[in-house]
Amino acid sequence: MSQNTTQSPRPGFMARYGLPISMLVEREFVRFFRQRSRVVGALAQPVIFWVLFGAGLSGSFRMAAASGGSVSFQEYFLPGAALMIVLFTSIFSSISVIQDRNEGFLQGVLAAPVPRVSLVLGKLFGGASLALVQALLFLWSAPLLQYIGLAPEMPLGFSIGQTLAMIGVLFLTGLGMAGLGFLFAWKIDSVQGFHGIMSVLLMPMWLLSGAFFPPGGSKWLSWVVAVNPLSYGLSALRHVIGRSDAAVGLPSLPVSLAVSLGFAVLCVALGVRMTRRPSAI
Amino acid sequence: MSVSPAILIDSVSHKYGERVALDQLSFDVRAGEIFGLLGPNGGGKTSLFKLLSTLMPVQSGQLSIVGFDVTKQADEVRQSIGVTFQSPSVDIKLTVRENIVYQGRLYGLSGTDLRKRVAAQMERFQISDRANDLVQTLSGGLKRRVEIAKSLLHNPRVLLLDEPSTGLDPGARFDLWQALQTLRAESGVTVLVTTHLMEEAEKCDRLVILDHGKLAAMGTPDELRSKIGGDCITIQAFDSARAASLSQKITSTLHITPQLFETQLRIEAPEGAELVHRLTKEFSPEIRSITLGKPTLEDVFIRATGHRFWDEGKV
Repeated sequence: MSQNTTQSPRPGFMARYGLPISMLVEREFVRFFRQRSRVVGALAQPVIFWVLFGAGLSGSFRMAAASGGSVSFQEYFLPGAALMIVLFTSIFSSISVIQDRNEGFLQGVLAAPVPRVSLVLGKLFGGASLALVQALLFLWSAPLLQYIGLAPEMPLGFSIGQTLAMIGVLFLTGLGMAGLGFLFAWKIDSVQGFHGIMSVLLMPMWLLSGAFFPPGGSKWLSWVVAVNPLSYGLSALRHVIGRSDAAVGLPSLPVSLAVSLGFAVLCVALGVRMTRRPSAI
Repeated sequence: MSVSPAILIDSVSHKYGERVALDQLSFDVRAGEIFGLLGPNGGGKTSLFKLLSTLMPVQSGQLSIVGFDVTKQADEVRQSIGVTFQSPSVDIKLTVRENIVYQGRLYGLSGTDLRKRVAAQMERFQISDRANDLVQTLSGGLKRRVEIAKSLLHNPRVLLLDEPSTGLDPGARFDLWQALQTLRAESGVTVLVTTHLMEEAEKCDRLVILDHGKLAAMGTPDELRSKIGGDCITIQAFDSARAASLSQKITSTLHITPQLFETQLRIEAPEGAELVHRLTKEFSPEIRSITLGKPTLEDVFIRATGHRFWDEGKV
C-alpha cells in the first residue's frame, strides 16, 4: 500500500465536482432501476391517467373558441401528463435525502472532502435526469397508444429539434422541482412527514399549472396559475411540442424558460446554503 | 515518523443548549496507536466523534488531526481521516463493489487507480467473493467490513470508528479487531475507536474514560488497573434494601465503606482473600454471592466515574 502518497493540496475540478456529482447521479439511477415497483409505477401511472382522463373527459372538453376548438382533450393533456411525471419523479427523488440520512449514507458524504454544491447538484441532477428519462419514454410511447386505439388522432411525431427542446425544458423543470423537494426534505426527518407536506403542495401545484384544464376560469385562479412556477414549465413544454393553438394565452417561450431557469437556480442556491449550515446531521 | 500527535484535543467544550456534552476536554492521540474512547452513553463520546469527523462545528477549544485544524482546514482533515459510523454509511441497495467504488469517486479517485484500490481493500477484508452481492443480503459483520474497507480507500492516516462492534457477534468482533491490529501494523494508521465494551478497551494501546464530558481517567489498560491495586470484592445481596443495610453494617463493624449499586456492594481492598473470609463469617445470611478478583477495567471505570457502567442517568 502506498499510504505515503501525498495528496495535492487542492484537488482538481473533476475530483471535487465531476466525480462526486456523476457518482450521485449514477447512484440515483441504479437505485431506481433496482426497485421494479418504482419503475412500473412511474411509467404506468401517467399512461393510465392520460388514457382514462382523455377518454372520460373528451366529451366535455372544448378549447376556447379563439383557438378554434380543434384540440382534443388528450392532445391538450399530453404535456400535462408528461409534466406530472417530471413533477412526481423529481420531487420524490428528493425524498431519498431523508432515507440517505436515516440509513447513514449521507453522513459518509458529509464527512468526505466534497463541496456541498456537489452534494446538492448530484442529488438534484439525479432526480431531474431520472424524471427526464421517464417523461421522454412516456412521450415516445404516445404514438403507440394511438396506434392501438387508446388515443385519438393527433400529430405525435417529434422532430430532432423538438426533441432536444423537449429534453431541455423537461430537465429544467425537473431540476426546479427536485430543488423544491430538496428544501423540504433536508428539514424533515421522516418520509411520512414529507408525504404529508408534499400532498398539500404537489397535487394543487400540478392541477393549477394548466396541465389539466386551461386557466382563466376566474380572476383568482389565473393569479394562482401565474405565481405557480410549474405553469411556466408547462407553458414552455406546450410551446415546444404542442400545436400552436393549444398555447394561446400562455406566457411566451422566452418568459417561460426564464422563469423556469430562475426558479431552478433559486432552489439550488437555497439548497446549497442550507447544507452549508453546520447542524446538518 | 513524526513525533507530533495524530489527534490533538485542547480544552474542547460543547453544549447543546444548556446541556454540557463536553467540558474542557484535553488529550492527545499518538501517531500509530490504537486509542480507545470509553464511556457510558451520553458521556460525550459521540459528540467528540462528530467534532472529529467534521460533522459538527467546534464551539470552543481546538481540535486538530495530523496537524490540520478541524475548523479552519476541514477539507484537509476530511482527506486525512477515514470514518466508520455507528450506523453504517453503506447503501444497502447497492452491491459491495458499487459501495466501495462510489466512495472512491467521492474522494476524487477514478480509473485504474480506483480499481486497484477497490480490489486491494476487498482482498484485505476478505469480501471479494461477495463483491457483486447487494449489501442488504450481508450479515452485520460483513457489512461492517464493507464499511471499514470503504473508509480506508483513500489511504487515510487516521481511522475513526464509532462503536464498530455494534450488532456484531463475538466471532465477528474478534475478526474486526484482528483486522484493525493488522492494519496498524502494516500501514501505521492511527486508530481511534469509541466503545462501551470492556473487552475491547483491553485491546487498546491507551484509552480515556469520558464521564459527563470530562476526562475521568487516561492511560494504558495496565496503568489504569494498577491505579486501583489490590483486589476487588463484589457482594451480591438479596434486594436493594438489604444491600443498603448490609453496607451500613459492614461500615460500622469493619470500618470500610463499600460502594453500593442497588443490590450490589463493591469493596477495594489490599488483602482481598482475608476480607472475604471475615465478610462471609460475619454476614453470610445477607450474602447471596461473593466474588474476589483482580481489578478489571470495569472496576477502573467505576472508580473513575463513581457509577456502574450501565447505570448512566441513575447516578
